[in-house]
Amino acid sequence: MTLLAFDWLLIIEKLVLIAIIVFASLGIALYTTFAERKVAAILQDRPGPERAGPFGLFQPFADGLKLIMKEEIIPSSANRTLFILGPGLAMTAALMTCAVIPWGGTVSLFGREISLQIADINIGILYVFGVVSVGIYGMMIGGWASNNKFSLMAALRGASQAISYELAMSIALIALLMTTGSLSLRTIVEQQMAPGHLWNIAYQPLGFILFFICAMAECNRTPFDLPEAENELNFGYHQEYSSMKLGFYLFSEYVNMIMSSAVMASLYFGGYDIPFFNESVLPQNIAALVGVGALLIKIVIFIFVFMWIRWTIPRFRYDQLMNLGWKSLIPLALVNMLITGAFILARM
Amino acid sequence: MSITEILFFFLSALAIVSAIMVLVSKNPVYSVLWLVAVFFAISGHYILLNAQFLAIVNMIVYAGAIMVLFLFVIMLMNLNAQSEPQKNMWMKLAGVISGGCFLMVLVSLVRQANELTNKKALTVEGNIGLIKNLGKVLFSDYVVPFEITSVLFLSAMVGAIVIGKKD
Repeated sequence: MTLLAFDWLLIIEKLVLIAIIVFASLGIALYTTFAERKVAAILQDRPGPERAGPFGLFQPFADGLKLIMKEEIIPSSANRTLFILGPGLAMTAALMTCAVIPWGGTVSLFGREISLQIADINIGILYVFGVVSVGIYGMMIGGWASNNKFSLMAALRGASQAISYELAMSIALIALLMTTGSLSLRTIVEQQMAPGHLWNIAYQPLGFILFFICAMAECNRTPFDLPEAENELNFGYHQEYSSMKLGFYLFSEYVNMIMSSAVMASLYFGGYDIPFFNESVLPQNIAALVGVGALLIKIVIFIFVFMWIRWTIPRFRYDQLMNLGWKSLIPLALVNMLITGAFILARM
Repeated sequence: MSITEILFFFLSALAIVSAIMVLVSKNPVYSVLWLVAVFFAISGHYILLNAQFLAIVNMIVYAGAIMVLFLFVIMLMNLNAQSEPQKNMWMKLAGVISGGCFLMVLVSLVRQANELTNKKALTVEGNIGLIKNLGKVLFSDYVVPFEITSVLFLSAMVGAIVIGKKD
């Protein structure tokens, strides 16, 4: 009797892939927190964390241990269930994006062709938007459940900011999709890898800048970190949180940063494509691994730019943030879309 | 049981339980969150029917945007279990009876409808819900209704801004 008639090997393969990608993302996020402190230190001309291990490399573990060891406090007037649900939801939503990102080509192992992508769905990039819009709940639930006016204000700010910038982001993306004609991230990457085709940044420079600004706003990074504006809101939507729950909120921001860097690298910078090099001369497995390395380098560069901007530009005022989003970015994105449409029409 | 059946029963159970919880929850914030769970289950059903675009749009628009606005309103008005008006026993009983009658009519309608007898849901073969086919149909056969709908949406947006604007 075949009660569960499906390809068990496929499921095992995907589970292993998910485990690897999730743990790798968490590991990179761990060291992104360290990199953030180091980059901040370099930009502010000071040494930064250097005591724990060689060059301070064990600092993230020390930070993590500190967060875990701290006393767990749930305010007595807080809504207990939602208070615990909030950080978990933020983290889950942040990690869910990794399912559609093509991390590399295909590897052949044990006679199986394994694609280094968890799910190649034909609406890949829309899935990313769906997950991003669900990520808002983590912030809102946490802010409301804390039963603190400042937390609630910060959560509302964060949610309205995320919704506002999602619009400009999706209009900027439409222009890109008009040139690619596909929503699948793997197809978009493969188009950019094809000989004679440049990376999409060459066709959509304005679109990329808009997308980048909006991605920064979606990740709540300075200069868009209004939900954490400590001079107006004490601390932000995670004010009442302590211990590892706070850690989850802070950590999910870094995971979000990695995922949005990976999405941008795939959409505009050729994903796992190695510039000025034809991968097909390498053996398949090595080409795939080198491709993963290329994508990781692109992600690291993006993260560095995020940090660079964070430690250079001060935070916006709230009205400036909304004016920028609605009165500058959306019209620019629309103009970009019209120009792209005109070009496509002219070439037909 | 195939994986499709397992997923179907799981998603249906999730949708029904969540929908009941929307009604039963005393706290309006809980109701909204259960409603989000319902939307997720329905998105799952769309995926089973191979309508991936509808599934993801349902998730972005309903779960991601409209429900967030619901949450905004409920959180800002500070509605909670205490402030919620409690209906008396007779009202609840009347609601249950009329709702039950409506359910009975619906079930008998579905069971007797000629259009639905001996029909099977297109779980894997159906492809009208894929974005490519849907886009082609919307922009060729139904282009006029589609454009009229978008003008309607635009006027609704402009109306909202005019109402919300300070004089």
